[in-house]
Amino acid sequence: MSALPAYATTGQRIWFYSFRVICGLIFFFLIAPIVVIIPLSFNAENFFTFTPEMLSLDPSGFSTKHYQDFFSSSDWQLALRNSLKIAPVATFLSVSLGTLAAIGLSQSHVPFRRAIMAILISPMIVPLIISATGMYFFYSNPYIPTPFGRIELPFTLTGTYWGVVLAHAALGIPFVIITVTATLVGFDQSLTRAAANMGANPVTTFFKVQMPLILPGVVSGGLFAFITSFDEVVVVLFVGSAGQKTLPWQMFTGLREQISPTILAVATILIAVSIVLLIVVEMLRRRSERLRGLSPA
Amino acid sequence: MTLVLAADGRPLKTSLNRALRRQKLRALMLIAPLLIFILVSFVMPIADMLFRSVENEIVVETLPRTVATLDGWDSESGQAPDEDVFTALYFDLVLAAEYKTHTRLGSRLNYEMTGISSLFRKSGRSVDDFPTNNYTDVIQAADTSYGDPAQWAAWMADDVVRAALPMTANIYDAWAKMIVDTEEDLPIEEVPWDFVYTSLYLEVMEGADPPISLDLSTVAPVTLRDQFYDVDKDWLDPEVWKIIKIYSPEYTNGYFLNSVDRLKGPEGVEVRPDNEQIYITLFIRTMIMSGSIMGMCVLLGYPIAWLLANLPARKANMLMILVLLPFWTSLLVRTSAWKVLLQQQGVINDTLVWYHSTWLGQFLDPIFMGFLNLCYAFVNVITWVWNVLNGIWGGTDGLYMDWAVAGFERLALINNQTGTVIAMTHILLPFMILPLFSVMKTIPISYLRAAKSLGATNWTAFWRVYFPQSIPGIGAGCILVFILSIGYYITPELVGGTKGVFISNRIAYHISSSLNWGLAAALGTILLVIVMGLYWMYDKIVGIDNVKLGG
Repeated sequence: MSALPAYATTGQRIWFYSFRVICGLIFFFLIAPIVVIIPLSFNAENFFTFTPEMLSLDPSGFSTKHYQDFFSSSDWQLALRNSLKIAPVATFLSVSLGTLAAIGLSQSHVPFRRAIMAILISPMIVPLIISATGMYFFYSNPYIPTPFGRIELPFTLTGTYWGVVLAHAALGIPFVIITVTATLVGFDQSLTRAAANMGANPVTTFFKVQMPLILPGVVSGGLFAFITSFDEVVVVLFVGSAGQKTLPWQMFTGLREQISPTILAVATILIAVSIVLLIVVEMLRRRSERLRGLSPA
Repeated sequence: MTLVLAADGRPLKTSLNRALRRQKLRALMLIAPLLIFILVSFVMPIADMLFRSVENEIVVETLPRTVATLDGWDSESGQAPDEDVFTALYFDLVLAAEYKTHTRLGSRLNYEMTGISSLFRKSGRSVDDFPTNNYTDVIQAADTSYGDPAQWAAWMADDVVRAALPMTANIYDAWAKMIVDTEEDLPIEEVPWDFVYTSLYLEVMEGADPPISLDLSTVAPVTLRDQFYDVDKDWLDPEVWKIIKIYSPEYTNGYFLNSVDRLKGPEGVEVRPDNEQIYITLFIRTMIMSGSIMGMCVLLGYPIAWLLANLPARKANMLMILVLLPFWTSLLVRTSAWKVLLQQQGVINDTLVWYHSTWLGQFLDPIFMGFLNLCYAFVNVITWVWNVLNGIWGGTDGLYMDWAVAGFERLALINNQTGTVIAMTHILLPFMILPLFSVMKTIPISYLRAAKSLGATNWTAFWRVYFPQSIPGIGAGCILVFILSIGYYITPELVGGTKGVFISNRIAYHISSSLNWGLAAALGTILLVIVMGLYWMYDKIVGIDNVKLGG
């Protein structure tokens, strides 16, 4: 497939090239919508299409005014700040709890492993709208169920910072669990035994031996958790209030109500962020595979 | 047989068991914090939603006495209930109006029968003006102790009085609680309200012994049934009472019936009127659209996965980035891209218009249109033959397609189903490509060559040898895409308009706009069951443990 042999018939040649063209078109479909956004965000007009000036590459057709708009608008800045306040804390929660649990799950004798795994992965499986609905109901009026009736808790989590953080941490956990357990598959358990043998206590063993080796998995799990929280709209729409308006929320309202070209500038910035994240995750994945000896250096 | 001992002198078996137990415990201790966290922050909310889909305590909580008295009413009688029920309703409604819960009950019952909401709101306003103050005046005039709050409190603490006047005691307690809760006064300093005296009057008239004897035979009785009738004639409509009675149990399947366009009518389950049937259509539409998105993803994803799996590693890694970049790009970014591209004045339509104006377009358009019209003609001929065969001469009653497409116009690509399918295919395509790729990676390409060397044509070699081996990948990708698309909310909301929305958009509507939370919970439960079923299939085919991220 990779190359056309010299003895290929005309039919095979035609098929070979038309298949390449088809694949090229599909790649175009995948990537073009994202790429098109970038030049459009430098539009000097408030249009969502290329103006004649832009097509003739006239400098007057381009401007950074939508970016200036993003950096000067208080709404957008508040949304950016909120996103940056919520995502790291939620990521921290899911990474710390998730890594511990993944280490527990990777031990050889864990009772109910499948059931526990299913529960821990469930936030990824359940559609966001259902999670959001349930959280909206429960967080607005949290209670402890007991066989004798429910004990209502005297606070509410909807519309609060911690409510959103809690919800986002729950959504990020499956990603941490999956990536860290995958890394732990390649972890040699005898290393911890060797460390214990040399007199290290479990905490030292964890930080000095185990952690450095599974770090790539932990970091990429964390990145997944971060992007989950950073990108999340549905749950924050339901659980949060105007005070917790995040960047995706602001984009959502912008798209639904009055679509303004500032969104394109924000989108371009987010594309840049995702390219950086993609590169980091790919590098980590390769490093982790190299460490585990799965692929040559 | 000698007993093997461990270093500390215990039998080895015991020692091993102990070590194993300790190991298990340690593993559980490591998992416990997260498990508790997930249970509280995620599983409990889901359980709460499931509970809310059947929960219906509002009727019995707001109108406890009415519901209890209504037990004795025969809903088949075709008559409104008698005075007893209206008396109970009077007590409940006065209290509910003070707590301001009657409007909530009204809107709850309004989902089942329109008009009940205003009925409750109206009655809640007027129930205080019923002429029951007559009773109060007469009783207080008969003995001044009856106007003394402290004396009332003393009586109501006395078990003998309570046993003699059970209903009054009950009403007084409810009143006292209400005074504390809503007025923040002490019952011991407040003269009881009219409805407490009403209750006392009614009990005395039935022969109960008041603490100080009263002669109330001369008082003109107030018929509460007539009073309610004066507020709104609907109170004597047996249908209203049937609804209250049907929805009085603490749990109901009413929300689920509503989710499948049924109605819990007085004569059992009924189909809703045609103009209110939306949910089955919406579920089917969600399924069909998710199915077409899935189909599009297979069509587009299969060639790409094949190419990536069979190219040399270096080239494949380069091309893989083109798949992973959309995967990592924010959902909102991709949706806004499509919203911008698909607009009437957007890039795609502008490009089409420009294309039609170029010489290539001028040259190709008539050919293309001719081809399109040929297709239409062909379809119409088939329709005609079909009609003739069936003995139906249909004429031109809409079975035929339009004969000719006159010209090209700007396409309506957004705010309809086309928009949703295009945007969501783009968003979910990586979820099809990645599992397909990981399966295809394991199929040796030499099988194809072997098949061909044994005389198979290219097509046979692919269809009989390669394709069957790639089916697990197709299955995994299809289920994944289907699960994801069936619960999508954001993209359909933004590019789907009214025709291209999913069941999730309806759930969101019921939570934020119509406030029918029970129905939202029931729709969510049905969706959850569907997704769980699919997920179970996914687990059977692929296994949860094999979920991989990012290729």
